[in-house]
Amino acid sequence: MRYFELFAVPVNYDIDLATVNKNYLALQRTVHPDRHANASSRDKLMAVQSTAEINDALQTLKHPVKRAEYMLSELGVDIRAEQQTLQDPSFLMQQMELREELEELQSASDPDTAIANFEKQIKQLDEQYSAQLASQLASNDEQQYQLAADNIRKLKFVYKLRNELERIEDSLFDD
Amino acid sequence: MALLQIAEPGQSAAPHEHKLAIGIDLGTTNSLVATVQSGEARTLTDERGATMLPSVVRYQKQGITVGSEAADAATQDPANTLISVKRFLGKTQAEIEQSYGQLPYEFCQDNGALAIQTEAGKISPIKASSHILEALKARAEKSFGDQEILGAVITVPAYFDDAQRQSTKDAAELAGINVLRLLNEPTAAAVAYGLDSGQEGIIAVYDLGGGTFDISVLRLHQGVFEVMATGGDSSLGGDDFDSLLVDYFKQQTGVSTLSSSVLRLFINKAKACKEALSQYAKVNVGLEFDGQTHTVEVTREIFDEIALPLVKKTLRSCRRAVKDAGIENEEVLQVIMVGGSTRMPLVRSQVQQFFDKEPLTSIDPDRVVALGAALQADVLIGNKPDSDMLLLDVLPLSLGLETMGGLVEKIIPRNTTIPVARAQEFTTFKDGQTAMSLHVLQGERELVDDCRSLAKFSLKGIPPMAAGAAHIRVTFKVDADGLLSVSAMEKSTGVQAEIQVKPSFGLSDDQVASMLKESMSNAKDDMQARMLKEQQVEALRVIEALNASLAADGALLDDVQLANLRAEIAVLEEVRKNAQQPSEIKAAIEKVDNASSEFASRRMDASIKKALTGQSVDNI
Repeated sequence: MRYFELFAVPVNYDIDLATVNKNYLALQRTVHPDRHANASSRDKLMAVQSTAEINDALQTLKHPVKRAEYMLSELGVDIRAEQQTLQDPSFLMQQMELREELEELQSASDPDTAIANFEKQIKQLDEQYSAQLASQLASNDEQQYQLAADNIRKLKFVYKLRNELERIEDSLFDD
Repeated sequence: MALLQIAEPGQSAAPHEHKLAIGIDLGTTNSLVATVQSGEARTLTDERGATMLPSVVRYQKQGITVGSEAADAATQDPANTLISVKRFLGKTQAEIEQSYGQLPYEFCQDNGALAIQTEAGKISPIKASSHILEALKARAEKSFGDQEILGAVITVPAYFDDAQRQSTKDAAELAGINVLRLLNEPTAAAVAYGLDSGQEGIIAVYDLGGGTFDISVLRLHQGVFEVMATGGDSSLGGDDFDSLLVDYFKQQTGVSTLSSSVLRLFINKAKACKEALSQYAKVNVGLEFDGQTHTVEVTREIFDEIALPLVKKTLRSCRRAVKDAGIENEEVLQVIMVGGSTRMPLVRSQVQQFFDKEPLTSIDPDRVVALGAALQADVLIGNKPDSDMLLLDVLPLSLGLETMGGLVEKIIPRNTTIPVARAQEFTTFKDGQTAMSLHVLQGERELVDDCRSLAKFSLKGIPPMAAGAAHIRVTFKVDADGLLSVSAMEKSTGVQAEIQVKPSFGLSDDQVASMLKESMSNAKDDMQARMLKEQQVEALRVIEALNASLAADGALLDDVQLANLRAEIAVLEEVRKNAQQPSEIKAAIEKVDNASSEFASRRMDASIKKALTGQSVDNI
């Protein structure tokens, strides 16, 4: 997979981010437009394009959900542009309950503790759904890929909750 | 008369090899220019020895004055003396009035863009900025004798949006300056400090200038300055503290409405009072107007109380930036103070308290940005081929598109490292829909009305299909200057629409060209000559760059490809020498560019591979 090759790391969901970051800086030293400030406009454009690709690759590999989606799409299952298709009533029910809980956070008598507790729940869910991703994505088995896809869809819900939580935290801090 | 060139021992004896590049800090209140000489960055002074050029331009029938002379006239001629125009860049009249209240200017429209009516005609904020830049360029040229300045790095607040950045670049172009890079002010300051002490780790740059506030969190590692997060407020600065003091003066003297010249007097007195309070515990301000004299006493306690809400506002931005960087306050190794407003004792104590460490102020906060810009310009122009320095900056504000219901869909989130390209697919929502209009926005809020509108354009000629069948791919590209271009394409048919985002507030390419022409109207031949010269220089650059690449990596091509490319280069060489029309050279450059594109991409791939092989060898 190209993004993994770019940073010269093995194709694995459990990724060595320290090496990725180190190699990212080495690549930037070579391709960044500032290194080609006196080049022809063709070469300058090339430098911008390469740097943009490297930046995008880094963002993709760094983020657990984006990394999983990218790997899955390279394996032939592209769920990045799909509309909502998750069919798991108990999961969806749980999500609805969490949303309600989230909305009540702002009026909690002790918002700091409430937020911390909620964060803990989110972290548990994150671990639960990402635990099997590495083996599923390395399985070379179409059925496992479908299970991975479902895990990723669930993780997306979890990350959305996390973003919402951050927004609420910001608004509490801001006044 | 020929001048004798004398070189210090150890200094290059061939100064002609040193290419001249400058760093410009185009500030709200003051502007500076700096350069690197004998390996050291220094700010350049005017003939009176002053480093700072007040960012003030006065427009009279008999001519234009820039700097302190213009500033001195502000009270007697407020309507024609433009102060702090940087705050107006990329803004509409309504936004300006909402942010800054009463101003002594007569705003008007000039070809749909905001301008100010003066004795010398309608002046846009871009034009006024270009006159300040011209003055700085002239100062630099004077101090270099006759040598040509090849390029400049111009700093902008990190929190400037696309419209404000584009306006700054337009202003530089109008001033005839080759912009090597728009550099964020906090990053420039970090460069000035970082290269001084060669330190490693996370630093925060707190930059409170005359009109803008920026906070940036950077990681320094072996010469790489990686911006992790940035935040701020592009309309909060020293001027706002002045205006709070003006309100206090009004309240104390019982005057409610002020004429523009009395307003200017109040603002000047407020500024002086604020500056004095950085040294003294109490200041008596004498206000003489309308034949009366008032004295207002301001203690530091009173001023701190007035100023505190604004300072707290900056700390909220700090908290968000630290959070966006994914770190805790304790991980910040050092805090750098930039901008004249950080001289306020309240600002220093509040920032110290927030980060729990004493902020660094060893480099003059007024000059540090220009010095950093000069260091970057020196590297970019090619004077330091062995330099390790690399600046990785981020997008300050999210970019997105309007979707159904007046909502904004984010395409590139804030704090994404630039340059960056992102694509997103959209579809039609009506059967037989043949056009789609795109509205490009910048900001963090969810509603279109709360974000800044950058541009609107439409993709036409979509073949009629059922709703949802067309696939429209919209691509956002942000270059290393932080400037955006947007293109849209219907995938099945390849119908395309593309725009460089030239916001409604900025200038179109045609407008820039016509303004340039206007300023040279008395010498049309000059214009032609200048364009020819520019194309000759560009052609030479292409030829030299290609020859150097061929010498290094010619092996990447087979003999036929090599011969073809060499032939195209020879043609360009001929055209460059003999062409009378700039367009002839331009066409020849394009031909060479096309012929060399395959070579260029092979070289880039090869160098990417090489970068990491070198790396893994280091690891062993």
